[in-house]
Amino acid sequence: MVSEMKPVKFQVNDLSVYYDGHRALNDVTLSIYANEILAIFGPAHSGRSTLLRTLNRLNDLMEGVLMDGQVLLDGEDIYAPDVDVVELRRRVGMVFALPIPLPGTIRENITYGPRLAGVHDKARMDDLAERTLIQAALWDEVKNRLDDPAMALSGGQQQRLCLARTLALEPEVILLDEPTSGLDPISTLKVEEALQELKKAYTIVIVPHNVQQAARVADQAAFFLMGDLIEYGAGANIFTDPEDKRTDDYITGRFG
Amino acid sequence: MISRQTSQRIAFTLLGLITFLVVVPILLVVGYILIQGIGAINWEFLTAMPRGGMREGGILPAIVGTVLLTLGTAVVAIPIGVGAAVYLAEYARDTWLTRLIRMAIINLAGIPSVVYGLFGLGLFVLFLRFGTSILAGSLTLAIMTLPIIISTAEEAILTVPRSFRVVSISLGGTKWQTVRHQVLPHALPGIITGVILGLMRAAGETAPILFTVAAFYLPRLPHSVFDQTMALPYHLFVISTQVPGMPLRIQYGTALVLLGFVLSMATVATVIRSGARRRRQW
Repeated sequence: MVSEMKPVKFQVNDLSVYYDGHRALNDVTLSIYANEILAIFGPAHSGRSTLLRTLNRLNDLMEGVLMDGQVLLDGEDIYAPDVDVVELRRRVGMVFALPIPLPGTIRENITYGPRLAGVHDKARMDDLAERTLIQAALWDEVKNRLDDPAMALSGGQQQRLCLARTLALEPEVILLDEPTSGLDPISTLKVEEALQELKKAYTIVIVPHNVQQAARVADQAAFFLMGDLIEYGAGANIFTDPEDKRTDDYITGRFG
Repeated sequence: MISRQTSQRIAFTLLGLITFLVVVPILLVVGYILIQGIGAINWEFLTAMPRGGMREGGILPAIVGTVLLTLGTAVVAIPIGVGAAVYLAEYARDTWLTRLIRMAIINLAGIPSVVYGLFGLGLFVLFLRFGTSILAGSLTLAIMTLPIIISTAEEAILTVPRSFRVVSISLGGTKWQTVRHQVLPHALPGIITGVILGLMRAAGETAPILFTVAAFYLPRLPHSVFDQTMALPYHLFVISTQVPGMPLRIQYGTALVLLGFVLSMATVATVIRSGARRRRQW
């Protein structure tokens, strides 16, 4: 198979995740390739967000989470005892479903991560703000008001600010959990276009907010149902000619 | 049969009257003390030593003593109280030990102040040999103030949205950086309000300082933290009950100064809180 030749960024092996005894992910094995967009889709409670949150260990924050299996980033187990979780979260950035700007200015939001990492050089920060805002397709709208409160931006702008803020970590992987669920179609389009540009430099894992978006953005796609990985492969194949009946039913809108 | 509209009107009227009743005693107390005491207030009263068996002169040592005790209480109680609140709200897991600690804090708030006074006498004055001193008094008041500070500060910390914490962690912040840069700044107005409420109580209490610091009559300013001092609440008690022939004017003047001190702290708390609410961005 051709796909075996592509560089693997994340390798997930036999991963099961339990919340308070309830199984959210069931024995999942998949590869996430570098510089591609993987769309993880499926109905609610299919385990999509759970998988996303295991990739940067955000599940650590929740109590009562048990995990079994292996997650390798560049071949290294991210759940090994000697892993620096803070460093991991810098390498694997995340954008949430709802835009959550931190109280403060646009500039402060973008420089938050680098400042925590000990970067304080003003010129470097300005450069970073400009670069990440351009990448997130927000620069033209905010370049004259970087010191305005971030909360004053519209929802669509806030979400692109959150994307820029994640990019400012200079991560290797970007996780997006339904990043456009609260956005209007124009803002959604801007985010999706930004992603196509971003995958040249980053590996992207997205939980799209509907099948259409999955089909638009995915290089690879993985269909989940009740914690099981039903089908996984190139987006071009899954959305036009799915192998599994359940995938077909979901894509064509018979349930979900 | 009374119609629903009528019974509604009756209920609202009654509730309104009851609410008004709450305000009446405050107005009466403040008004009465103000009218009776304002005549005693002048520059000498605020800046001179007491003379003539405290029947003349000023109350400077009592004012200075209360300010020093309040400051001493703040120095001890703020770091411990806020630190404990951060720990309980952010770090402590829900175990039998933390439940025990929470129960201890609630019970600490219920202990009568005179018991704190006796405890302070036993531990600080006698056992630790601080003597009857500002240090012993401040420590006693600080212990009494801690539960107020801890519970209000914890509440303020818990009102900071959880999403800010998750975002900060996801941006590569450590737990401590998240507390330091997100939680504490946004909880600060609430914490300050709680601190001031606690310090107000400390400033006005008589019983805890009775055995630990307060001097009956000491017409000079304290030299160090190991010195005794006069203090407004105790001084008020003394001139109201222990000194025959005391002019009413001076009693009410002293009460007015104490009231003014405590109410101005309350005003500061209110200003901070409303200012913070206006700046709040979520």
